[in-house]
Amino acid sequence: MRTRPGIRALQYVAVVCYLVFLGFPLLWLISSSLKSPQEFASITPSLLPKHFDLSNYTDALNEQGLVRGLGNSLQISIFSTILVLIVALPVSYALARFRSRLRPLTNGWILVSQVFPVILIVIPLFMILRPLHLTNTIPGVVIVYMVWSLPFALWMLQGYVAAVPRELEEAASVDGAGRIRTIVSIVMPLLRPGLIATAMFTFISAWNEFFFALVLLQDPQLKTLPLVLARFVGAEGQVQFGPLAAASVLATVPSLVFFAFLQRRLTSGLLSGAVKG
Amino acid sequence: MTATITAPAPVKKKGGRPKANREAILLFLPALLPVLILSVYPLIRGIALGFTDARAGLHVDTNFVGFDNFGKLLQNHLFWDSFRIGVIWTLSVTILQFVAALGLALLLNTNLKFRGVARTLALIPWAMPPVVVAIMWRLLLHPTNGPVNEVLQKLHLTDHPINFLGDFGTALPAVIVVGIWVGMPMTTITLLAGLQGIDRTLYEAAAVDGASTWSQFWNITLPQLRTVIVAITSLDMIWNFNSFGLVYVLTAGGPGGKTMLPMLFAYNEAFRYGRFGMAAAMGDVMVVIIIAFLFFYLRNRLRSEA
Repeated sequence: MRTRPGIRALQYVAVVCYLVFLGFPLLWLISSSLKSPQEFASITPSLLPKHFDLSNYTDALNEQGLVRGLGNSLQISIFSTILVLIVALPVSYALARFRSRLRPLTNGWILVSQVFPVILIVIPLFMILRPLHLTNTIPGVVIVYMVWSLPFALWMLQGYVAAVPRELEEAASVDGAGRIRTIVSIVMPLLRPGLIATAMFTFISAWNEFFFALVLLQDPQLKTLPLVLARFVGAEGQVQFGPLAAASVLATVPSLVFFAFLQRRLTSGLLSGAVKG
Repeated sequence: MTATITAPAPVKKKGGRPKANREAILLFLPALLPVLILSVYPLIRGIALGFTDARAGLHVDTNFVGFDNFGKLLQNHLFWDSFRIGVIWTLSVTILQFVAALGLALLLNTNLKFRGVARTLALIPWAMPPVVVAIMWRLLLHPTNGPVNEVLQKLHLTDHPINFLGDFGTALPAVIVVGIWVGMPMTTITLLAGLQGIDRTLYEAAAVDGASTWSQFWNITLPQLRTVIVAITSLDMIWNFNSFGLVYVLTAGGPGGKTMLPMLFAYNEAFRYGRFGMAAAMGDVMVVIIIAFLFFYLRNRLRSEA
């Protein structure tokens, strides 16, 4: 508006600096994934590949472990997302609608679960799951993820529930619908955006998760994508950067797709959660 | 409008309280069991483990050893190093990330072009798997064919390639830069939301009084943002102190333990050397430190707000 031209120019310089800092690493990763091995070996790397080469992607997809990791990650993320939604919906409803004593307890738990370092939890978890033969299994990881993405899911969802007008439910109960019926046929349809946002968030956090998977999954057959990728890096010396970059890009795609879709909703969801929490 | 909606509600609730409570408990039930078994119990057990000599393995006796583990930790200089590194990492990442994020949020709150691009770009790092972020930065900082070294050499800032993640002197700063890159988005978006919540008329009034941009920033923006700032920096601090995956893949704590964050140290204790009790004791110390820190930080902040 009334900003002086000099200041305006400085502002643009600053924005460009931020854009480079945030965006250049991504560009480099993508361009690396498109470079041929010969170009990789060159001592003067360039941002744009000389000719686009998709062989890194085919190499990555021919890698047995990687495809299996992709499948495992998909399975785990989908199942834990479904479980989280089933569990989180009734609880967030209760949190938003009833002033019960469970509410401060739940909010306290949400806070505590953020503060405590996971090392304290993962050792006992390991000791609990082992006698149940759930370490080194996909269901074991799924339930662990379910419990660990629950706090944030609850926090997000209760904001959305609070935004559903109460009168609608009162109208339904006047018409003789019970509580469960009201939730299923009145609240749930209105919560769709909130449920979608929560589902995506849960999916991404399961998809990206590393620590629990590292401890709970030892069997190479069961390793998730992040574990497979991390092992590639660990094999120092014989790292093939091209396929690794391609695999990294592939591993980021689901998050980006979901994210592009979610972007606006997520911020508003976060805020509504923050205000009502 | 809102008054007419909310007014009758309390009357209704008083009448139906016992029933409502029962219903609430019913709705909580599906979550209760998994949370108790896989979150609350492990947490308590984990805290207690720090006072035992628990070890990995199926049939190993576990004994209560009181404060033995903590005594051993105090004498272990590797543990002290790790904590020092953890504190440096946490404070630098949190503070620098906050400054950078505030700058970006202020820019995004003006009517500049490219705001949409910058906003989207600012969110991407948050959605990426930490392992991928680590791999990406390893490519960028690679001593022989990474672009960062290339640019530095072109500008004649260095005459030999720097092994950022492998040299004793540069490893921790390099890891901190990556930490800032990852954490900035969330902080920026939160601060931006806070900025957009500030009442415009405050600035108009200040402008009428002839306040400079700088004094508007100090006297309106910062005080108005205080709650948001305290909330997001506290969270960042906790997240950074507890972070694991990023640095595990970037350097695995090396070179020579120069980037051995407390979580990495505890992870090695537990799953490389099988000393569960010792690792849990480290976790306990971390909790105490976080809580103490939050206590002082929040108390001071909230007091100065009052």
